[in-house]
Amino acid sequence: MQASKRFLAALTLTVLGGTAQAADEVVVYSSRIDELIKPVFDAYTAETGVKIKFITDKEAPLMQRIKAEGQNATADLLLTVDAGNLWQAEQMGILQPFTSLVIDANIPSQYRSSTHAWTGLSLRARTIAYSTDRVKPAELSTYEELAYKNWEGRLCLRTAKKVYNQSLTATLIETHGAEASEKILKGWVNNLSTDVFSDDIAVLEAINAGQCDVGIVNTYYYGRLHKQNPKLAVALFWPNQSDRGVHVNLSGIGLTKYAPHPDAAKALVEWMTGPEAQKIFAGINQEFPANPKVAPSEEVASWGQFKADTIPVEVAGRRQAEAIRMMDRAGWN
Amino acid sequence: MAHPAQRRWYPLVFAVAALVLLPLSVLLLSWQTIDQQIWSHLWETQMTRLLGNTLQLIVGVGIGVTLLGVSLAWLTSLCEFPGRRWLDWALMLPFAIPAYVLAFVFVGLLDFAGPVQSLMREWFGTGLRLPRVRSTGGVIIVLVLVFYPYVYLLARTAFLAQGKGLMEAARVLGQSPWQAFWRVALPMARPAIGAGVALALMETLADFGAVSVFNFDTFTTAIYKTWYGFFSLSSAAQLASLLLLAVMVVLYGERRARGASRPTNERPRVKALYHLRGIKAWAASGWCLLVFACAFVIPLLQLVVWFWQRGRFDLDERYTGLILHTLYLGGIAALVTVSVALLLAFANRLAPTRAIRSGVSLANVGYALPGSVLAVSIMLAFSYLDRELVIPLSNLLGGAGKPLLLGSLAALVLAYMVRFIAVAYGPLENSLARIRPSLPEAARSLGGSGPRLFFTVYLPLLVPGALSAALLVFVDVLKEMPATLLMRPFGWDTLAVRIFEMTSEGEWARASLPALTLVLVGLLPVIGLIRRSARQIG
Repeated sequence: MQASKRFLAALTLTVLGGTAQAADEVVVYSSRIDELIKPVFDAYTAETGVKIKFITDKEAPLMQRIKAEGQNATADLLLTVDAGNLWQAEQMGILQPFTSLVIDANIPSQYRSSTHAWTGLSLRARTIAYSTDRVKPAELSTYEELAYKNWEGRLCLRTAKKVYNQSLTATLIETHGAEASEKILKGWVNNLSTDVFSDDIAVLEAINAGQCDVGIVNTYYYGRLHKQNPKLAVALFWPNQSDRGVHVNLSGIGLTKYAPHPDAAKALVEWMTGPEAQKIFAGINQEFPANPKVAPSEEVASWGQFKADTIPVEVAGRRQAEAIRMMDRAGWN
Repeated sequence: MAHPAQRRWYPLVFAVAALVLLPLSVLLLSWQTIDQQIWSHLWETQMTRLLGNTLQLIVGVGIGVTLLGVSLAWLTSLCEFPGRRWLDWALMLPFAIPAYVLAFVFVGLLDFAGPVQSLMREWFGTGLRLPRVRSTGGVIIVLVLVFYPYVYLLARTAFLAQGKGLMEAARVLGQSPWQAFWRVALPMARPAIGAGVALALMETLADFGAVSVFNFDTFTTAIYKTWYGFFSLSSAAQLASLLLLAVMVVLYGERRARGASRPTNERPRVKALYHLRGIKAWAASGWCLLVFACAFVIPLLQLVVWFWQRGRFDLDERYTGLILHTLYLGGIAALVTVSVALLLAFANRLAPTRAIRSGVSLANVGYALPGSVLAVSIMLAFSYLDRELVIPLSNLLGGAGKPLLLGSLAALVLAYMVRFIAVAYGPLENSLARIRPSLPEAARSLGGSGPRLFFTVYLPLLVPGALSAALLVFVDVLKEMPATLLMRPFGWDTLAVRIFEMTSEGEWARASLPALTLVLVGLLPVIGLIRRSARQIG
């Protein structure tokens, strides 16, 4: 009797077009790709029975979709890369701040939004990669020095359209001010050995092949390429160790304003900052866990310890537009 | 004055036009506020370079696809030379390769760090280099190799349909083959060539995937940058509406140039006109082979190599799902789009009033918009409909009051229809025009009417055109990326989605698995298309 009633209710819902939404379900919009998130979600489902549905796309369209859905939201969580994007999501008013003692205990405050709108999950350093054949580590010191004349025709960069470079530039502006930063950017552009590349892997391959001697890349791209080709004649260098430290960015998650399953979603986020999830989440992509109590994978640890820049990552978002305009002026395409 | 019988078509045509108009009006509404900071920045630092780049691209691709498409079509349809038989259809195969795939194969293969130049350095030392690969010339080459089949297909059909009478007459009048080509064949095929070039240029203007691999900045990349970087969707929509304006001008020009051309009704030719011999024959074979190798064989081989090195390790049981989703979406979209396009074509034929004609041409502009911009406009339009129409209505009827459109399969199929209806409309309009009005009139005088008339007279004659239309839409939907990404229901990942995920991470070698699968899945319909077009003519 009970069962048939439930069946009838479900049927009615289906017929009327309402997607029957069980409470034990969480919906995620993600700009991190399928293979980097599915193992984590599968682990959660295996542990708790909560189902996780997700779609992947670029950040901007996903945010627009959340905004368009408004109160009829489908998504509970927005998972994205780069603090700049998370900051934009917060500005668009599509996130819902919430405080959690678990998250506060797991993630250091510079890797969270100051308004509790989102939290970082994994960290990646955007650092200098150099040719082990043609560059001695002693020749390197800071990002800023890559603008010096002695690097002319030796530098490779990725396109300025990628948010990682925009965030790096934003922190430059925050540190040095607009005028000095623009000079640095112009120096970089002047030192380019070839047109900028469309991705970091191509930058690393160009250094390896001898097209240029140094470049700026995210650590996990190096990790991926190194795994494929252990003879890679490229190594990572940690710049600015005597001043502000290496530029660090993150991949993070926020609760949407009209999340249909807020409690289940919060529980998922809390779990994702915990040891088990952190290990998988950072491990798949050779990133650093945002939870400092969790050790990075062996390979990642082998790159060595470094001092990270402590500028709150939110700066990336606040100064993003300014950074893009500056990069345009400097001729960094 | 519209006849009452003609008015019967109004609701249908206007409903379809409204569906296209909805996303377009989203673009127009964006002009309510103008972000001066973004505009003056774009104007001062970017515009000259962007417009210059875009213009170079348009001119280069325009000339390239015309040269390739027309020369190949002329050779395979009018001449006889070694290999003509299979090159005739093989030259259509590049249609199955998406522009973004050819772009990353081209750059991956030929750039400094790629296998070709690495080998050159190994053999000949570091002095020897290829010209700059990621350059204006490189982008143009890739786009020409991907888009020439549009011109080839249409020009070939036109040359074949010219029949033997005309060219033989030219020959009897003492014209050399070359003169006959310039004075007779080319002018008569001009409308078809123009239509092909227009399609290729619309694709070029809307392309984002291929130019981003080269990091070549065009007007379209500026649209994306304004949205993804400055997060100003309204400024991006404003730029997109300007692009659309430019496209409409191009289309208008193409229609004007086409003039009142009529499909010829000559008896088709059975045998080739010119038997090439000696050096000429080998030159013809060589040219066709060169294009086929560059546009199809080499890219495919590189994909296979990458697949063997890296891609095959990703192959798992989920690929069955990806392939099925891709086929299913392509199939439904083709069916829906062709049906609607057919209705539009009929409306245009039976009731060519001014209102109907404008409605029909309005319904055809979706093709020229950059995919993501169209996708987001459709998404905004659907979420508007959900909010204003579906939810109140569902509440009124005692329903759950939930949004129905956004995130549903129906919405995605509608988005495909809006984008690709122009692709289906062309072939349908053509094959409908070939049915002389006397035929249905005769049938009518014999008492046939309504559905019976449609099924017994029109439909059999329309099948070839409808099939071509369906196959074109099918292949286009397979390759479509932005709308699929943004609007697919949960769990509906396709091959294009997987390619996007891999290339966005710079994993070109691993993208070989979904890319190769996509090309193979797309090849079947392309071969069907070729057989179709061969039989239709000869």
